[in-house]
Amino acid sequence: MHRIKQIYEWFDSRLQLSKPVIEAATHSVPRNTASWWYVFGSASFVLLLLQIATGILLALVYVPSAGEAWNSLQVLNQQIPLGWFLRAMHGWGSDFMVAVVLIHMAQVFLFGAYKFPRELTWILGVFLLLMTLGMAFTGQVMRFDQDAYWGLGIGASIVSRVPFVGGRLVDLLLGGPIIAGPTLSRFFALHVFVIPGLMLVFAGLHLWMVLVLGINDWPMPGRIVKRSTYLQEYHELTKRDGIPFVPDAVWKDLVFAAAVMFAVVLCAAFLGPFGPTGVPDPTIIQTVPKPDFFFLWLYTILSFLPENLETPFILIAPALGILFLLALPLFAGEGEKHWKRRPIAVLSITVLAVGFAVCQHLGTYTPWSPEMQAWSGDTLPVRYVHTATPLGRQGQIVFQDKQCRNCHMIGGVGGQRGPALDGVATRLTYDQLVRQVLQGGGNMPAYGKNLSPAEVTALVSFLETLHPEGQRPARDASQQYISTGELDPKQPGAQ
Amino acid sequence: MSDEKVNRRWVLMSIGVLLNGAVALLIATPLVGYLLGPIRKNGGYNSWIDLGDVSQFGLGETRLASFVNPNSVPWDGETSKAAVWVRRTQDQKFQVFAINCAHLGCPVRWFPQSELFMCPCHGGVYYADGSRAAGPPPRGLFEYPYKVQNGKLMIDGGQMPTLATTASVRKESSECTG
Repeated sequence: MHRIKQIYEWFDSRLQLSKPVIEAATHSVPRNTASWWYVFGSASFVLLLLQIATGILLALVYVPSAGEAWNSLQVLNQQIPLGWFLRAMHGWGSDFMVAVVLIHMAQVFLFGAYKFPRELTWILGVFLLLMTLGMAFTGQVMRFDQDAYWGLGIGASIVSRVPFVGGRLVDLLLGGPIIAGPTLSRFFALHVFVIPGLMLVFAGLHLWMVLVLGINDWPMPGRIVKRSTYLQEYHELTKRDGIPFVPDAVWKDLVFAAAVMFAVVLCAAFLGPFGPTGVPDPTIIQTVPKPDFFFLWLYTILSFLPENLETPFILIAPALGILFLLALPLFAGEGEKHWKRRPIAVLSITVLAVGFAVCQHLGTYTPWSPEMQAWSGDTLPVRYVHTATPLGRQGQIVFQDKQCRNCHMIGGVGGQRGPALDGVATRLTYDQLVRQVLQGGGNMPAYGKNLSPAEVTALVSFLETLHPEGQRPARDASQQYISTGELDPKQPGAQ
Repeated sequence: MSDEKVNRRWVLMSIGVLLNGAVALLIATPLVGYLLGPIRKNGGYNSWIDLGDVSQFGLGETRLASFVNPNSVPWDGETSKAAVWVRRTQDQKFQVFAINCAHLGCPVRWFPQSELFMCPCHGGVYYADGSRAAGPPPRGLFEYPYKVQNGKLMIDGGQMPTLATTASVRKESSECTG
């Protein structure tokens, strides 16, 4: 023991770090901040360290070259002992980090912790969020599989919409005219050097400010933040009812960080690494590119935006959103902190959370994408085939052969781009069906050029049979009247 | 420091700051130039690319053709390759479409039965002549300029087609042929 103490003192007399470190660790914090709600920031930091550690280990094997990256991931997955586990840890660590950072941000927002004097802490935090998302995107590029390749294509297409300088920005983004070697190299530099370096600096400053400005005291309704009095009040609170951060408050951070890391290990061990999907060969077009989990919401938004809103929305909305987040503490730096007195804050978080969840959910099963194999792979329900007339069967063949099934479900199978067609005969009359097939409309292409009159007749004859048993197909009352001179007495509204 | 605003040490320090500023500028100029290196004006990367013998493209058919990008580097691997959809409308008349959807660049697939291009990402659909049929794309498929030389089909390309590259923003040239 004596020997250890001697060594410690030898170092400390030279480093002189023990005094400031112990002072920082044991500094007094308000008792009410030792809460389970205040553990997300430290957990984010621990996840960042975990990502750095696993990232460095992956870099021992990974080859950041467009020609070799995919192969080196195969080697990591299949040949290097526990290489798959390292990849899984890094991938799941990334998802957990984005999630915990978002939760941290929502909590800080709802607890009013961005208000005076912690405005700059929040602003740096916004940049840290952007960098976390930047790491998630550049990390997907590192995988350099089909999803990464076409994801870059989507990135370039978005950037190309910037007025005047779009083309130049695409060249800069890709490092050349196409997605290729230089593209991976520059995303590697961003993912491994630039963003992590900035993140460590920003996270260090973020943490420093938490230390010197103190942890946000637990908000109470009616306890208003005023620039003139807050520091004094906080100081008194810490003095009156303070506890040392270590050990009285830190144990909850430690327990939560351990739980999060354990969750990452469990996910990695049982669910494994992400991809890589197919080789990044742009001539292989039998691919359905999909973004990683935390960009699915964006995928959804991009497919639902009306065409004329698309470019302005893609380019302006993110900039406005980021500007709003950065400016938030500057125009709302004082006032109520408690969520019970901040209905707009609660409403915004709720709307954002619900919107995010809905978009993520839609993004997982992409109802807007045609099912590319449906026409040749999906079968028709027996009841439609069983009773079909010869003409109807011809129509069924046209229906499958012309890829209608890629966008339209029947019997719960097929694409969801257009409406499901079970029961379409009750919604559209014969004439309306013909018109829809020939002219398209809504989101449907016009098939007038691609179908012969005989094919249209057969197809519509089949579509006419798509109605529930016992329910009559829609019909045009005026047609009936013209041909027979009397109204169908069974039609509602007929006298 | 003395009360005087300008003294000997202040002047010396200012000279030091100025010297470092000048050197920083000297270093920064080539650094920025290096960073901006990949930028070329529209079409600056383009050249005539050989897609092979015209006889491999059947009359009235649309098929995939691939080529190696002339701007590739040795470590590009598979990504140096590129593909286009070639439609032969008449003996010497072609349409060469980028496989990239005009919406966000995903690879569109040709379905000869329904004569439609469909995009797997956000559901963009195009007619056989490349014009927009449905979905979110703001325009028809990007078309490459082509020429037939010594029985070979050549296209003017080399750059990923996006809305910003003027070489590919020739608005549906064949719109009236339908």
